[in-house]
Amino acid sequence: MTHTQGRVVLDSADISRALTRLAHEIIERTQGAQNVTLMGIPTRGVALANRLAQRISEIQGSPVQVGAIDVTMYRDDLRMQPARALLPTVIPEAGIEGRLVILVDDVLYSGRTIRAALDALSEHGRPQAVQLAVLVDRGHRELPIRADYVGKNLPTAKTESVQVQLSEHDEIDQIVIRQAS
Amino acid sequence: MKHLLSTADLTRDEAILILDTANQLAQATGQGVGKLPPLRGRTVVNLFYEDSTRTRISFEAAAKRLSADVINFAAKGSSVSKGESLKDTALTLEAMGADAIVLRHGSSGAAHTLANSGWISGSVVNAGDGTHEHPTQALLDAYTLRRHLRDGAGDLAGATITIVGDILHSRVARSNVHLLKTLGANVRLVAPPTLLPFGVDTWGAEVSYTLDDALVGADAVMMLRIQQERMNAAYFPTIHEYSQRYGLNQARVNLMNQGAIVMHAGPMNRGVEITSEVADSPQSVIVEQVTNGVSVRMAVLYLMLGGNEATV
Repeated sequence: MTHTQGRVVLDSADISRALTRLAHEIIERTQGAQNVTLMGIPTRGVALANRLAQRISEIQGSPVQVGAIDVTMYRDDLRMQPARALLPTVIPEAGIEGRLVILVDDVLYSGRTIRAALDALSEHGRPQAVQLAVLVDRGHRELPIRADYVGKNLPTAKTESVQVQLSEHDEIDQIVIRQAS
Repeated sequence: MKHLLSTADLTRDEAILILDTANQLAQATGQGVGKLPPLRGRTVVNLFYEDSTRTRISFEAAAKRLSADVINFAAKGSSVSKGESLKDTALTLEAMGADAIVLRHGSSGAAHTLANSGWISGSVVNAGDGTHEHPTQALLDAYTLRRHLRDGAGDLAGATITIVGDILHSRVARSNVHLLKTLGANVRLVAPPTLLPFGVDTWGAEVSYTLDDALVGADAVMMLRIQQERMNAAYFPTIHEYSQRYGLNQARVNLMNQGAIVMHAGPMNRGVEITSEVADSPQSVIVEQVTNGVSVRMAVLYLMLGGNEATV
């Protein structure tokens, strides 16, 4: 798919402010994030989970458990394209049993990735509860799933694509909306 | 690529994708996930014309951990012993809806024939054909080498691997030479002249008749089994003499580079091509090769059957 020239909707400072606010919201809603395990969904969800963990631990003065959960093998569209490369799953040492797991992803769209993540997570244990934090919610849900923490609501058309770029992978922090052509 | 028939068909990127995928699958298994879902509803048939308990069990474990249904078809005691041809067996398996056939056969080229015959629509994985190839063994060897020599990432550029023994009859050696060269390693082959195949000089490996010389500067040594069932005592005077000249003992291991590893595709003839002392030493990764075999075969099956068409 080719894309037309994109429009930057969030720049580096916007992303940084959104993450700081998300960190504060997580601390507030979880009474200090003591029992929280952040699980990033690869690729960019992992970078976001690490950034959130760092912010939360700076504010709270104590480290936060952080890991990664690859959902590739649990996707409902696995058979609709060639098998995809797998990405790392990292379960923190304390495990997820009885923890308050917060899934972290860059863009919430159909909700299918999150459904797959819930399945993948259940293979590793039974969390006390699972919540969802996303940097961008662009709407158009196809499943009954919603985010508990949203960095930015971005109403989009289905014909558009939302691309989150993070310095860990893209050498720049920004969010771009493009018209898919 | 729809089938895995020969390591010569793999590009460097494809080979690395298989090894990386094996890495992730090994990690998932290590984290206590008993069964992974991607091959749910797929049927894998293990069609074994030769006895090979370890390869069959390894493929069976790999397919089951990915939630595939597994049918084991051993030629002995089956319709094959009543004279059924490979073609008719294949047509039967096709009619039963096999998505992949893992074939072990005594004739070189059997997997190629099955894959290109038009008898079946599924994928074929060569699990050893005669003295030709055994690609998943080479992949698990490369995976093991990469773990120990390259921290489990990238290729094997610059590594020196010495392969010793019955090169002539060894499908493991053939598959390994192709793959190791694709991954950038230097390969040395060591054997008595009678156990080197015609044309070995065209393989792109250094060939030597002297084990000690070929071990100096090596990062790993792969010992091949002396296949007594294929020998008829015609290739070397006595087992004892072979063992003296081409057997691996601790003194020879010490000639290799610091941190070098000892490999064997099994089953081992202790006291013939390898001493027990070496086989059980910390430098030996022979047991680990078996574990890695399951991960690598999971990766191959996942990449072939996980999507709507084969990725590798």
